[in-house]
Amino acid sequence: MGEYNRVLDEGVREQVARGAFFMPFDGYDTGGFYDEMFEADGSPRASARLLFERISSVGDTELRRYQQAAEQALFRMGITFNVYGDEAGTEKIFPFDIIPRIVPAEEWTQIDRGLRQRVHALNLFIDDIYHDQKILNDGVIPRYLIFSAKSFRKACLGLKPPRGTWCHITGTDLVRHNDGKYYILEDNLRCPSGVSYVLENREIMKRTFPQIFDRSNVRPVGDYPSHLLRMLQKIAPAGIADPTVAVLTPGIHNSAYFEHSFLAKFMGVELVEGRDLVVMNGYVMMRTTKGFQRVDVIYRRVDDDFLDPLTFRADSMLGVPGLMDVYRHGRVALANAPGTGIADDKVIYAYVPEIIKYYLGDDAILPNVPTHVCWDDAERLHVIENLDKFVVKAANESGGYGMLVGPQSTAEQRDNFKAAITAHPRNYIAQPTLALSRVPVIVDDHLEGRHVDLRPYILYGEEIFVLPGGLTRVALKKDSLVVNSSQGGGSKDTWVLSC
Amino acid sequence: MLSRLADSLYWMSRYVERAENVARFIDVNTWLSLDLPAGYQEQWSPLISTTGDDALFAKHYPDASKRNVIRFLTFDTRNPNSIFSAITAARENARLARQYITLETWEQINRFYLAIQNGARLASRGFEPGQDFFSDVMNASHLFLGTLYATMSHNEGWHFCRLGRLIERADKTSRILDTKYYLLLPSIDSIGTPYDDIMWAAVLRSTSALEMYRKRFQQISPDRIVEFLVLDREFPRAIHYCVVSAEGSLHAISGAPIRTFSNPAEQHLGRLCAELNYIQVGEIINRGLHEFLDDIQVRLNMVGDAIENAFFALQPVPVLPQYQAGSDA
Repeated sequence: MGEYNRVLDEGVREQVARGAFFMPFDGYDTGGFYDEMFEADGSPRASARLLFERISSVGDTELRRYQQAAEQALFRMGITFNVYGDEAGTEKIFPFDIIPRIVPAEEWTQIDRGLRQRVHALNLFIDDIYHDQKILNDGVIPRYLIFSAKSFRKACLGLKPPRGTWCHITGTDLVRHNDGKYYILEDNLRCPSGVSYVLENREIMKRTFPQIFDRSNVRPVGDYPSHLLRMLQKIAPAGIADPTVAVLTPGIHNSAYFEHSFLAKFMGVELVEGRDLVVMNGYVMMRTTKGFQRVDVIYRRVDDDFLDPLTFRADSMLGVPGLMDVYRHGRVALANAPGTGIADDKVIYAYVPEIIKYYLGDDAILPNVPTHVCWDDAERLHVIENLDKFVVKAANESGGYGMLVGPQSTAEQRDNFKAAITAHPRNYIAQPTLALSRVPVIVDDHLEGRHVDLRPYILYGEEIFVLPGGLTRVALKKDSLVVNSSQGGGSKDTWVLSC
Repeated sequence: MLSRLADSLYWMSRYVERAENVARFIDVNTWLSLDLPAGYQEQWSPLISTTGDDALFAKHYPDASKRNVIRFLTFDTRNPNSIFSAITAARENARLARQYITLETWEQINRFYLAIQNGARLASRGFEPGQDFFSDVMNASHLFLGTLYATMSHNEGWHFCRLGRLIERADKTSRILDTKYYLLLPSIDSIGTPYDDIMWAAVLRSTSALEMYRKRFQQISPDRIVEFLVLDREFPRAIHYCVVSAEGSLHAISGAPIRTFSNPAEQHLGRLCAELNYIQVGEIINRGLHEFLDDIQVRLNMVGDAIENAFFALQPVPVLPQYQAGSDA
């Protein structure tokens, strides 16, 4: 075997010396899916031609070497997450594939417009729900759907967040279907994570594969922390010239801890845990080496439920007792505002096109995935009869949990879902199974297509900012449609082109 | 600066220093054993005494063979003071302070950890760490120190790092001197033999002090060695140097002038400095070196506790009743 490898190595070296490479794309098959890099006939798309030529000219040996270098760099930089339930001290890197995913300039223009429109409308919706409830009074959305939503917060009724902005940071999930169109899959208005990987993926690519950027017209993403900080400073309580900003993390054992410390580091602000904060004399204070110091803005990465045990869950150890009272008095700003989760409920999601129409008078620029709501009797019957064709989702779960993928399900799983839907129709929605678009990823010594989604990040302070980039999550398992990192997903650098 | 963050920086530094000292002890003992005449018993148990973990060691190992002692001090996760445990703790603290320390510092400590972890994996398959390994550990510690020094602003956080390191180092120097002195002094019959000289030289080597000592005193003599390691003002591993520099950092943090105090940590440390400023080696020997060093360790612990209370453990303040009212859910 050793002899065999030696001979193989020499063979490769010889070929490299002669300039005869194995072509990494040889035998690449788009498999009848929309491929982000190739046309249906197998030729590279116009936007991807330069990238295709660069990768082809490197050869598969070099390509694998870059891939390994990237993985080593991730370990060395300690960009890892703890593996739950595994033996102590086991850390893994979030799998990363060095072939970038390209978003052409004209497609991005449309995504950018669509996201601005959507976030604008959703923010008006949340503010309305916690104040006048016009949209309910006008009968556009049944009142019962709001009050039965797990993420509806009674404690937020009448709250007036600074500048009327509720969803300061949004991480919308988009997918592209076989028809070549982008669809909105989820809005993620609570604590969307992953933006640190957008920045780190770009960093790793620059470290390991710098020549690939040459003349590629990739829009930079590195200024995200500056935009985030500016937005957080803008929402500070009135009259504070130099507000103290802090990132609130559940702590080192949270799987997104790396991101929390990353964002605090690059904004140059404090990273605090609940136990570092205390409410005193009507203000939120942090414990410092020089005594207590006031905090004005908190970018909280702790869910609503755990923010303040006096208002929400009494058993929370992660929050700050009394925080909500300070917030209500306008003496601290929270991003995102508590209560935004109402728009994340998957049943409410189904109404977003109507929400956009109601508040802005326009049609949605980016369409929803067609969604059946099971609380409606006719739709429920249709869903239950066709369970093997639909993806069924629980209204208030995320991370790929509480989901039935009909075409890949067993009769037993379908029976369980049927029973659950019948018992709690309000809790379920159904969508057609989408053929997510694919991108090439490195598999051993060649490239294969894998399904992806796209999560861009949107900031909303005074005005709306959409980061020209995003997290491309890729389902690394062959034929899998689930891109979540908890279910074997990885990520890629995402190139939004400037022209 | 956030109290919890200061705490992490202080301990990150202390643990790296601790790992370096353990590597140093083992390295010198290995080196020393090569010079011993045939039939002379190798001394490995004193190494356990320097970290004060005799009881724990006895619980898990039948005898203090070289192999057992090295394993216990290097990769044993049951020993909180092993190199592996110390570097794991240092990295955990660095993770907690990651947003504050520089990328270079973080990467250095992360690499340090990955290297030790790799060593531990190899050790479980029979690898026995030798001098290369221990000198790598010492180098990694110096690299960490240098990265910290060269990339981080010399601000409050940096002073907490320095404080942790110097207090740990003063403690370790006192312990190694105590153990070696106690072991070496009774062998009166070997006084004047080449081994006496070699043994004492080993004490200096284990604190990297041999060359600097030679420049100051040339001839090896126990009293001079005590004087050098306890009272020297310029040698960076001498107890006196460590506490005076630690005092500088403590006052840089609080802003109080030296020779005054604004908290119990400064008070205890100031007293210790004052004593070392004016005591002479003869007085130390007359009082009994062991008693003297023991007293220093106790006082360093008091300083450590006082730092904890003054900076890290700000007492929780209850939510005032008027702000508890009005929660509506």
